[in-house]
Amino acid sequence: MKGIITVVGKDSVGIIAKVCTYLADEKINILDISQTIVSGFFNMMMIIDLSTSGHKFEKVENDLIALGKEIGVDIRLQREDIFNSMHRI
Amino acid sequence: MITHHEVLETNEMIQHENLDVRTITMGISLLDCMDSDTEKLKTKIYDKITSSAKDLVKVGDEIGNEFGVPIVNKRISVTPISLVTSGHGQKGCIEVAQTLDKAAKEVGVNFIGGYSALVQKGSTKGDIDLVRSIPEALSVTERVCSSVNVGSSRNGINMNAVRKMGEIIKEMAFLTKDNNAMACAKFVVFCNAVEDNPFMAGAFHGVGERDRVINVGVSGPGVVKAALEHVRGADFETLCETVKKTAFKITRVGQLVALEASKRLGVPFGIIDLSLAPTPAIGDSIAEIFHEMGLEHAGAPGTTAALAILNDNVKKGGVMASSYVGGLSGAFIPVSEDHGMIDAVNAGALSLEKLEAMTCVCSVGLDMIAIPGDTPASTISGIIADEMAIGMVNNKTTAVRIIPVLGADVGDTVEFGGLLGYAPIMPVNKFGCEAFIKRGGRIPAPIHSFKN
Repeated sequence: MKGIITVVGKDSVGIIAKVCTYLADEKINILDISQTIVSGFFNMMMIIDLSTSGHKFEKVENDLIALGKEIGVDIRLQREDIFNSMHRI
Repeated sequence: MITHHEVLETNEMIQHENLDVRTITMGISLLDCMDSDTEKLKTKIYDKITSSAKDLVKVGDEIGNEFGVPIVNKRISVTPISLVTSGHGQKGCIEVAQTLDKAAKEVGVNFIGGYSALVQKGSTKGDIDLVRSIPEALSVTERVCSSVNVGSSRNGINMNAVRKMGEIIKEMAFLTKDNNAMACAKFVVFCNAVEDNPFMAGAFHGVGERDRVINVGVSGPGVVKAALEHVRGADFETLCETVKKTAFKITRVGQLVALEASKRLGVPFGIIDLSLAPTPAIGDSIAEIFHEMGLEHAGAPGTTAALAILNDNVKKGGVMASSYVGGLSGAFIPVSEDHGMIDAVNAGALSLEKLEAMTCVCSVGLDMIAIPGDTPASTISGIIADEMAIGMVNNKTTAVRIIPVLGADVGDTVEFGGLLGYAPIMPVNKFGCEAFIKRGGRIPAPIHSFKN
């Protein structure tokens, strides 16, 4: 299963590093990553492969939300299907 | 590969434009629960509902979480109860209503629809018992919703039933007078009722349906409004294309959720209801769409045309996005559930008569309209007869959910709470129609040739 992580918040040092460290620890592969800064706000999107993770979707999602709170940004994890459904015929 | 822009667009819709899946409704047939013993009937109904829908709320929440889109309501619709309780009398009907309420609470759904009778051509003894029991049933239960189909394009309008509807609506208002006539908010009168509607209060599981089915109602007036903000002042071609594209995207989310719910619950997928259903929240309003289209208020000249455009293009965009479309599909125009409609009434822009005209082109009918408590039953029947005639002649579903609030008059506001919102009391034409309603009998089916 593929998931989309979005990270939005005030820019600071090490946001990507912390998210990537978590994913690496959980054996979750990153397939694509893009990032922009708009008016000082950090905006990142990652496409990840959840099939290698031993955990359920919900656990990874909750961990990421908690990590977001820790570093002061808003992190969301959603299944890729919703974006494919909406934007691809 | 999905682009960053597409992810942002979807999440913008969810986080700031109130995109949600309004309801996952499980339809459950109760025909196999029939029994001559009332106690056994109640046990079978309770067991079937609680076993069929035991995971409905959990699965709905899980799916909502994984896709990151709110699934606001999880609900149940059942076989029209008059078919199941026939022979059990009025008392039996009320006991079954309480059983439905108990089952709804057990599985955690906020409404259960189908305390209904289909009497468009005439009533059986079982139908009469059920209809007579509705006021008490809705006042002693919390989550049960009821509907009566009194007309169809094939059969005409059962005017005996229409007369009775005015009377029972008044009775409901009286029985729940301490609770702002709440029972009336859970009751709908239909012409051409559909068998797969997932929306309350009019949902029931039709006899042509399979044993269990998953129907999903999508929403998103805020998303349409936001999309139209980008084409402000553009011509009607652009306007229509924008609504169509937006409706397609909204509906695809509904289709995805419906298929996933169907798979996880092991219950076949029925239909997607392509509806724009407002809530009292700012930014989740049909009236705001009218405003964005260029009308000062809902109800201004041009409103019927604007609604026709909206309704038609929601369908055109949505139909391609789903494998099966059904239910009511279109734009809902409830007054109490849409702050823009409430503002329009308060500004004097929107009258009951204009709403009636709008129902010729919307998806349903006169919805969540509060009127003075001293409105005679015959006048309520007259309003219903007019609305049913629009449905009958135009081959469309029409409905009336009207709330006479005892002790309240024009200028007052009543609060229903939650998704039901609040409503200003609307003035009703004071001229009588008692002799017309008293005639009784049935209006014959209309001719569908010589269209003018």
